[in-house]
Amino acid sequence: MNAGVEKGVAKAVTLRRNVQIELQVNGEPTEVSFAPYKTLLELLREDLDLPGTKHGCELGECGACTVLLDGEPVLSCLVLAVECAGRSVETVEGLAQGTRLHALQAALTDLGGSQCGYCTPGMLMTAKALLEREPSPSRERIREAIAGNICRCTGYQQIVDAIESAARELRAGGETAR
Amino acid sequence: MSGADKKFDVVGKARRRVDGRGKVVGQLRFADDLVLPRMLHCKLLRSPHPHAVVESVDVSRAEGHPGVHLVLTGEAFPVPYGIMPVSLDEHPLARERVRYVGDPVAAVVAKDEQSATEAIELIAVRYRPLPTIASPEEALANPEARIHDYGEQGNIHRNQAYEFGDVEGALAASDLVFEDLFFYEGNTHLPMEQQASLASVEGDGKLLLQSSTQNPHYLHRQLARVLQMPASQIRVIATPNGGGFGGKCDPGNHEFVVCKAALVLGRPVKISLTREEVFYQHRGRHPVLMKFRTGVSKDGKLTAMHLQTLLDGGAYGSHGPASTFYTGVLTPVTYQLPRFKFEACRVFTNKPACGPKRGHGTPQPRFGQEVQLDKIADKLDLDPAELRLGMVTEPGSLTASWLRVGTTGLAACIRSVVERSDWKAKHRKLPLGRGVGLACSTYMCGAGVAIYWNKMPHSAVQLLLDRSGQVTVYSGATEIGQGSDDVLAGLIAEALGIDTDAVRCITGDTGITPIDLGSYSSRVTIMMGNAALQAAGRVRDQLAAAAAEALDTLPERVVFSQGRVFAVDDAGKAMSFVEAVALAEAKFGTLSAVGSYTPPKPPGKYKGAGVGPSPAYSFSACVVETEVDPATGWIHVPKIWIAHDIGRALNPVLAKGQVIGGVYMGLGEALMEEQAFRRLPPKLSDALVHRNPSMLDYKSLTALDMPEVDVTLIEDPDPNCPYGAKEVGQGPLLPVMPALANAVYDAVGVRVDEVPVTPDKVLRALERKAKGEAARVGPEAFPEVPYPSPTFVLPPWENGDGDELKGADGKPVRRERRVATA
Repeated sequence: MNAGVEKGVAKAVTLRRNVQIELQVNGEPTEVSFAPYKTLLELLREDLDLPGTKHGCELGECGACTVLLDGEPVLSCLVLAVECAGRSVETVEGLAQGTRLHALQAALTDLGGSQCGYCTPGMLMTAKALLEREPSPSRERIREAIAGNICRCTGYQQIVDAIESAARELRAGGETAR
Repeated sequence: MSGADKKFDVVGKARRRVDGRGKVVGQLRFADDLVLPRMLHCKLLRSPHPHAVVESVDVSRAEGHPGVHLVLTGEAFPVPYGIMPVSLDEHPLARERVRYVGDPVAAVVAKDEQSATEAIELIAVRYRPLPTIASPEEALANPEARIHDYGEQGNIHRNQAYEFGDVEGALAASDLVFEDLFFYEGNTHLPMEQQASLASVEGDGKLLLQSSTQNPHYLHRQLARVLQMPASQIRVIATPNGGGFGGKCDPGNHEFVVCKAALVLGRPVKISLTREEVFYQHRGRHPVLMKFRTGVSKDGKLTAMHLQTLLDGGAYGSHGPASTFYTGVLTPVTYQLPRFKFEACRVFTNKPACGPKRGHGTPQPRFGQEVQLDKIADKLDLDPAELRLGMVTEPGSLTASWLRVGTTGLAACIRSVVERSDWKAKHRKLPLGRGVGLACSTYMCGAGVAIYWNKMPHSAVQLLLDRSGQVTVYSGATEIGQGSDDVLAGLIAEALGIDTDAVRCITGDTGITPIDLGSYSSRVTIMMGNAALQAAGRVRDQLAAAAAEALDTLPERVVFSQGRVFAVDDAGKAMSFVEAVALAEAKFGTLSAVGSYTPPKPPGKYKGAGVGPSPAYSFSACVVETEVDPATGWIHVPKIWIAHDIGRALNPVLAKGQVIGGVYMGLGEALMEEQAFRRLPPKLSDALVHRNPSMLDYKSLTALDMPEVDVTLIEDPDPNCPYGAKEVGQGPLLPVMPALANAVYDAVGVRVDEVPVTPDKVLRALERKAKGEAARVGPEAFPEVPYPSPTFVLPPWENGDGDELKGADGKPVRRERRVATA
């Protein structure tokens, strides 16, 4: 917000010349040119046409913008896009195989873990990172893993149910669901 | 319409919601995900002063900044707006006055957000600060400086008083009278999606606004008003809301600003509020101070209640006139209360405006009422559950205030949570530091009266079918995450015997869909649902007539189930649903039908009787278990049991999700959520600012804090509701706060008569208890409020006729206001 700005102080001229990087986005080699001040979140949403990743605060407080960077969950609003050169980014758009949903996606919607759907992309990416590290987490571990992803609709219970159920399915070898 | 004996194909079955897939694949487009060619970006300059005269605004330097296309000030908006016709007190950009820190003063439209952000800092505004009104007490004590030049008097926005039967007489005759003060701090919706809006001028020259709004219809009307354009030239599309909870009900300043900018520039203009701006936009829970004087008989029956409330409304009217009513009107719905009086006052203060949040105006008095009942049970040595069971309202009865209680499952709810929580083995029996608390509540299934007075339907639905078998349903209802599209598809599918997959929902678009008033007051399932069933019934009649001819049976013997259409007594006579549609299209022409719904006329006839009536009421009961550390005051909640009288669960997965989500939000309010303000030090500006406008500092429950919730749905179909389904979006939040406070008392023997119940308050109460003082923390005094003389209405059982008492001259008799002496 701009409260308290009465002074009208001229700001330093922002460097506006675009930078160009190469990176992997959902498994695809990608070349992109963008303003150097942008965050990874802005790069995805504004320059790579991937608005599935959401923003809830742009201050690293809500978890809505979580993506995987080299397999690790990160808050994309706190990652400078230029730092992603040569790295691999996974977003919600890369979860399904063709039209077949990932087990986490199917479980989350079937078990009520996605109401308004706004925290859902970040929740899914956090959960994916968890299950890749720990294929059979306890409910308590699931709660810990998603503690940084705020959801205002569900009260989390059905999200935990869904991650638990997807973990079971993935362990049983079902890679994808309908 | 209850269809109690019908076997259902769709209703009651757990299904993936119809909009579920789009959400998990990241394809659902929220407002800020929308991009249009040549789109520009908007930022607002907001006031740093809580109360000031705007003497001048110099935009020349901002206009010259690179990338800037337009700068707007209050001059662009001469016409005021407001969600309620009686409170048209806002301008999209301040004209002469700013009334809270954050009040928008100017707007910049630029090629990108960065340029717009830079340019707003170049706008020079000269303010002349005015005295700040920081609290309701200050508002009452200081009629000047007046924040608005309208209202009851001074800084009082609304002042209401109603008396149903002689309350003082009944209190005087009561065995015991309990007098308690409670305070409920304000809190905010905190939707995950920050408000965003995209305005554009379409190819046909008409204005299009795509916005995260819960109420596209009301927004549409206000846009026409402020922009001084015919409504037919404006189209509002409610984008899927990333959470609403009431926070996207009011038209927002930013929505008018981007529309105006798009009209001036002929280019699309988008705005997305920052999280800090969302906190200042607010329109959330009113802080309310309450005084209850309740009479009871020794055997635990209520005799009368006198409730006084004082609402901190913030800087604008918003839904305030309704919010004020709601701190009183639903109080008598849960328990038999022979006489009832409420006085309610809303004042203006220099803070972001309060408005509707989940439960709108009712969680505050429900908290007070249910905590006071716990005290009453304690004093009378009665089990709190038994006390409540002994006085629940009867189905179909009237309240003293002439509200019609329809079906009620409250007793069943209480019995359910008592049994499932093992209440009788725990209450007053757990060791020190552990406790259980119980509370109940009710909520409307839609407000009985629209926000602006009219005789038209509250909801309408249109169906269109064609030979492909596709069923398209159009409704103005708005999907805010609660599942309204799924309710719509589910009801249509059930009525036509098809799968929800065969139904396409087109909703929340004033350019295409018939009017629905919006996603507020838990009205959508009931009102949209009844309209949908009427439309479906009409189409079904046509399909049955055409199918009956081909099947050589009678139309009334045609059954629709699982995509098949067949004769009830001869399964051999059958065809597919698609075949039946083709036959009907051949017989009747293009197949379409509309349905609409208007709530029943309320039984009360007195002025003001329009707030509170509803086609049905949901009921909830809740038990919270706590572990309270007497050394630190820390409150841990291991488990919550809740039972909700839902009439019928259309999709149990979603219904259960609404209940748990309501409990979650209620527990957050009970324990930590606070929209509170502080003054900056004088050397800075002395301004009144939000204490914690970020998601880190505004505490909400995380997955780690959230206890297990045991949910029971009580299903007793209500005849006024579609297939019997009542609301579930708001009711389950309401009993959580008082149940928590009552559980803290059971655990450590102290009363925190204030929300939120925080560790410091528990400790303070424990310290008082240790010193032999009253083991309580809460408000100590209720200020003198100049409530008006009450409108006096006789209860139904005192030969009342539902109207206010009138003299021989036909004018209402105002009883002299009697000030209670404590």
